[in-house]
Amino acid sequence: MEKFERPSKRKPEEARPIEAEAGVIKKADGSARFKIGDTEAYAAVYGPRDLHPKFLQDPKTGILRCNYSMLPFSGDGTRVRPGPSRRSKEISLVTEKALLPVLNLEDYPNTVVDVFIELPQTDAGSRCAGICAAAIALADAGIIMKDMVAAVSVGQVRGHLLVDLDGEEEHMDENEAADVPVAMIPSTEEITLLQMDGIVTKEDLSKALEMVKPALKDIAEKQREALKKKYEKKA
Amino acid sequence: MNQEILEHIKNSLRKGVRIDGRKPDEIRPVTIQTGFLTTAEGSARVKFGDAEVLAGVKMALEKPYPDTPEDGVLMVNSELLPLSNPEFESGPPSIESIETARVIDRGIRESKTIDTKSLCVEKGEKVWSVAIDIVPINYEGNLIDMGGLAAIAALKTATFPFVKEDGTIDYHQRTDKKLDLKKMPIPITVCKIGEIFIVDPTDEEEKAVDARLTVTSVDQKTLCALQKGGDHPLSESDINTMVELALKKAGELRKILEGVN
Repeated sequence: MEKFERPSKRKPEEARPIEAEAGVIKKADGSARFKIGDTEAYAAVYGPRDLHPKFLQDPKTGILRCNYSMLPFSGDGTRVRPGPSRRSKEISLVTEKALLPVLNLEDYPNTVVDVFIELPQTDAGSRCAGICAAAIALADAGIIMKDMVAAVSVGQVRGHLLVDLDGEEEHMDENEAADVPVAMIPSTEEITLLQMDGIVTKEDLSKALEMVKPALKDIAEKQREALKKKYEKKA
Repeated sequence: MNQEILEHIKNSLRKGVRIDGRKPDEIRPVTIQTGFLTTAEGSARVKFGDAEVLAGVKMALEKPYPDTPEDGVLMVNSELLPLSNPEFESGPPSIESIETARVIDRGIRESKTIDTKSLCVEKGEKVWSVAIDIVPINYEGNLIDMGGLAAIAALKTATFPFVKEDGTIDYHQRTDKKLDLKKMPIPITVCKIGEIFIVDPTDEEEKAVDARLTVTSVDQKTLCALQKGGDHPLSESDINTMVELALKKAGELRKILEGVN
């Protein structure tokens, strides 16, 4: 296979530079900012709090409600219309499912934990950045978690597997580029988010999932560091 | 809100003391950061203390409105993100967010800060549209003043995207051409609580407000937009006092804004 150089000169298994910060929104019960390359997500957690209307309440457990949203000036091209879209609703759903396995909300019956994710700028990988920010914000809010959730995408461009595609790479290969966002619970290596668009063989999918693990573990470490940093500052 | 906090705010104000220790006419420490977002043509982050607001400018080429074929399109929008305060809910734009956007819009539009004729590319066919979106990240009151300041800072530092030969825009390339701002409109909201006038209210203080007046000015003596809010009426002497205070405070912010490039 011909040699392939990423436009950013990154190695195939190398994610973009990451910034993670906990407790950035004072009004929230928990919050975080997660930046990977030029994709940036804020997350705020409110709750557990009363859930209205009442018929949505579950007497057995609290529920998790995620809302993913791109700010109007965060898009690659023209202005993004504010308000929910089919795309943002689907991402909100898969974000919820990505985070739920590490939570146990049974101690908070009839309540809701609200997670709001807003992206001020995006350059591919926004749902993964949102999940990373949300996981830090949930921990920051003092919600009991079994582990962190880390997320990043892995893709295939012109036959080459690459971790954390940026916008330029996503558009390099209109015919064959595949993009697989993955979220993982680092201690058990269980996958909590898996989507794909594009074309990929089953062998390459296995390779991709293997290849993305170190990046995910590294992200989880940065998430934990962000939380430690906030509380060290206080002490 | 907790009735006791409300009482506390009002009682302390009578002695001239605010809940966070500020003087009645004191704005929280102001910081302005610009140009940090890669996807927006212009961006600004304004902080008053812990309160944080983002403004982003997006530009596009559009067909002008039929009644103004030579004018570019200016749009100001604001959304009270549920991310920024526990009391905001998801859903269609609230009346507060619409008022905020319209008051900021009026200040920019009526002062003719942007010469919309200069945004015309081809009469009746193609003009630049300039959309300014204002969102709180951490909402702790005073969105109109913070958002108005952020909007001007974002406009001041915005650069046009590159137009390709076929007339479409390449947003990945930016030119160094800036918008030509003719004025620096700055809104200041003066709030009346009992007989005391304060500026830069926190979200808690906003709930104790009897009446408020937003005064947008372009220099020491020229006003370009007004908005009275709150349930109580204002006397003529109240209005004079409030305008005076707003002009003084706008001068302070204008000085900070002048340093933003």
